Amino acid sequence: MAEVLREEYGNPSSVYAEGAAARARVEAARAEVAALLGARPADVRFTSGATEANNTVIAGLLGPGDHVVTSAVEHPSVDAPLRFLESRPGGGGLRVTRVAPDATGRVEAEAIAAAIRPETRLVTLIWANNETGAIQPVESVASVCRERGVTFHSDATQAVAKTEVDLRQVPCDFVSCSAHKLGGPKGVGALVGADNARLAPLLRGGGQERGLRGGTENVASIVGFGVACALARKEGEARAARARTLRDRLWAGLQRELPGVGWNGDPAHTLGNTLNVRFAGVEGEVLVQALDLEGVAVSAGAACHSGAIEPSGVLLAMGLTPQEARGSLRFSTGAGLSEADIDRVITLLRTLVPRVQAGEGA
Amino acid sequence: MSTRLAPDVDPAARDRVVVAMSGGVDSSVAAALVARAGVETIGVTMRLSESGSRCCSLEDADDARRVAERLGIRFYVANYAERFGSEVIETFADAYLEGRTPIPCVVCNKRFKFEHLLERARVFGASRVATGHYARLRRDPESGRTRLLRGVDRDKDQSYFLFSLDQAQLQAAEFPIGELTKDAVREQARALGLVTAEKRESQEICFVPDGDYRPVVERLRPAATRLRGEIVDEQGRVLGEHRGVHHFTIGQRHGLGISADRRLYVTRLDPRSQRVTVGPLGDLDCRGARVDGVGWIAGAVPSAPIEARVQVRHRHAAANARIEPTGPDSALVHFDEPVRAVAPGQAAVFYDRARNEEVLGGGWIVGGLR
Repeated sequence: MAEVLREEYGNPSSVYAEGAAARARVEAARAEVAALLGARPADVRFTSGATEANNTVIAGLLGPGDHVVTSAVEHPSVDAPLRFLESRPGGGGLRVTRVAPDATGRVEAEAIAAAIRPETRLVTLIWANNETGAIQPVESVASVCRERGVTFHSDATQAVAKTEVDLRQVPCDFVSCSAHKLGGPKGVGALVGADNARLAPLLRGGGQERGLRGGTENVASIVGFGVACALARKEGEARAARARTLRDRLWAGLQRELPGVGWNGDPAHTLGNTLNVRFAGVEGEVLVQALDLEGVAVSAGAACHSGAIEPSGVLLAMGLTPQEARGSLRFSTGAGLSEADIDRVITLLRTLVPRVQAGEGA
Repeated sequence: MSTRLAPDVDPAARDRVVVAMSGGVDSSVAAALVARAGVETIGVTMRLSESGSRCCSLEDADDARRVAERLGIRFYVANYAERFGSEVIETFADAYLEGRTPIPCVVCNKRFKFEHLLERARVFGASRVATGHYARLRRDPESGRTRLLRGVDRDKDQSYFLFSLDQAQLQAAEFPIGELTKDAVREQARALGLVTAEKRESQEICFVPDGDYRPVVERLRPAATRLRGEIVDEQGRVLGEHRGVHHFTIGQRHGLGISADRRLYVTRLDPRSQRVTVGPLGDLDCRGARVDGVGWIAGAVPSAPIEARVQVRHRHAAANARIEPTGPDSALVHFDEPVRAVAPGQAAVFYDRARNEEVLGGGWIVGGLR
């Protein structure tokens, strides 16, 4: 990336030699993204991230009166554009069926299938949830959609390189993903799908990305995305196994040290790097801040614009009480962590959780 | 989860101070002074209501965050909106409906800054909470007690709003700007290049935009919009009608909606009959006040009546009075000279007679003695 930023000024759309070099870089990255996901390079369209990819599918495919089936545990970048089209003033709004998850955060493929109507234009289901790590039955849902002739989209941002996302196995029409979730740069992602031409572009302009997205390509970031995909293909499995080992160590430690801790989800269907746990009688916001002061970055709920934390809508949809949702934290065991780090976090929580409990949530 | 783990020290063993940062100039400078003293300083903005009101607006939290960045201290937003709504704002509305004139800042200081936030500070491994109040503390090593004094800037003094803090709370408190004048605070802010240096003064009640509390009462307690009652004079003659006692405060002259050939003031509010009594200025004079919820900063209730100064509202030059304890947490205040417009719901704060400087205690005015 640095090399591209420093030395290669070419515009991929230009005919001159520098442009050709940039184009070659972009195409090489495209091939890497495609290889990681089991897609054809021609199916990959670069975007500014998964948010743009999700918005492109939703706004580019759906019209007034269309029906959409989705889950109640989508990322805001799917949920918010759907809500926007649903409540579009002047009528003609979208109709949306949101299938509720079970207590582990998973939706049933049968429930999605049952919600499909003749006028259903799109089924969109998050591959793995960003807060709980719950892996959805994407393969079954994709097959049902293919049988019923309904377009299927999945936001796979959280899943790529952490669980198998292979489009040769799972018949998706569209998949969204983002580079920074696999160690790549922020601000670049992709919409992957064979039939991109069906979508109306969000950004109209110079016809880049085969007409789906006007605007000069973010070459350096795209190159970084390609490198991240290549690394993920090479090391992804080992990385995921490592993350799982650390995550399991953390869970074992928390169970040992903190009675009453509960896993929000089903370990058998959760990304190996994710642990979403609830602590009784705790305000997650306080714990997140206290951990941050000790150098541990974790998340709780949804941060509002002021930085205050609201209870997670995903956990509420799973049937947790607002108190339980408030008392939940999400740990992801990222790269660069050691066993000693995990043990230190366990020790910190052993000290901090009872202190928060004693302060009645502080 | 990523880690940049701090050295392996029990958070409780650290020396940390939490500063309540509102996004105003006073608490900005308070934070700067704490940080300058070399202790690990953590700025926290308390989010006290859902968006909209001035006290917790986005801009204020952003200003506080920018000051914290400038000072190189950690910064968090603490979400207390729900609890503040039920513990402070609803109580405030109910007080007006009960014919009292509430003073929510006292409750906010006691329950939020020096209870909820102090608890959070302790989780953070901080033993103290600093605020930008104009008040001073004196720690007496012999008795182990902490005394509460008016701020050096008498014009800005906020000790009145802090009277209900108990010893444990005072011992955990720091008021770094209590020794400074407002001008000196602004000067410090300018010298430090803080974005809040020229920020205008906030109004008295943070969750009452534009100073009109009545829409707040009626939003929380919609039944109040249907209240009606009579405005009567001392002899019980009906002079007019009104839309609920919550529209009035003892001593109010404007907005009565009646015409009379003399100046009339609200002298009495009866929520049960919804009767508002008005009278001439002299009717507002009280020779004393009944006070409950009394706390004595030193801890012990005086065994005999004491001579003191008593302040009955924020901007009131404390009046000479004799305080007669009538129980562990109640007292009668006898003013040397009548005091005008003693309003139930306000605080009566006791200061030392000689210098009118040290808070001896205080309580809530139940009623004036005429």
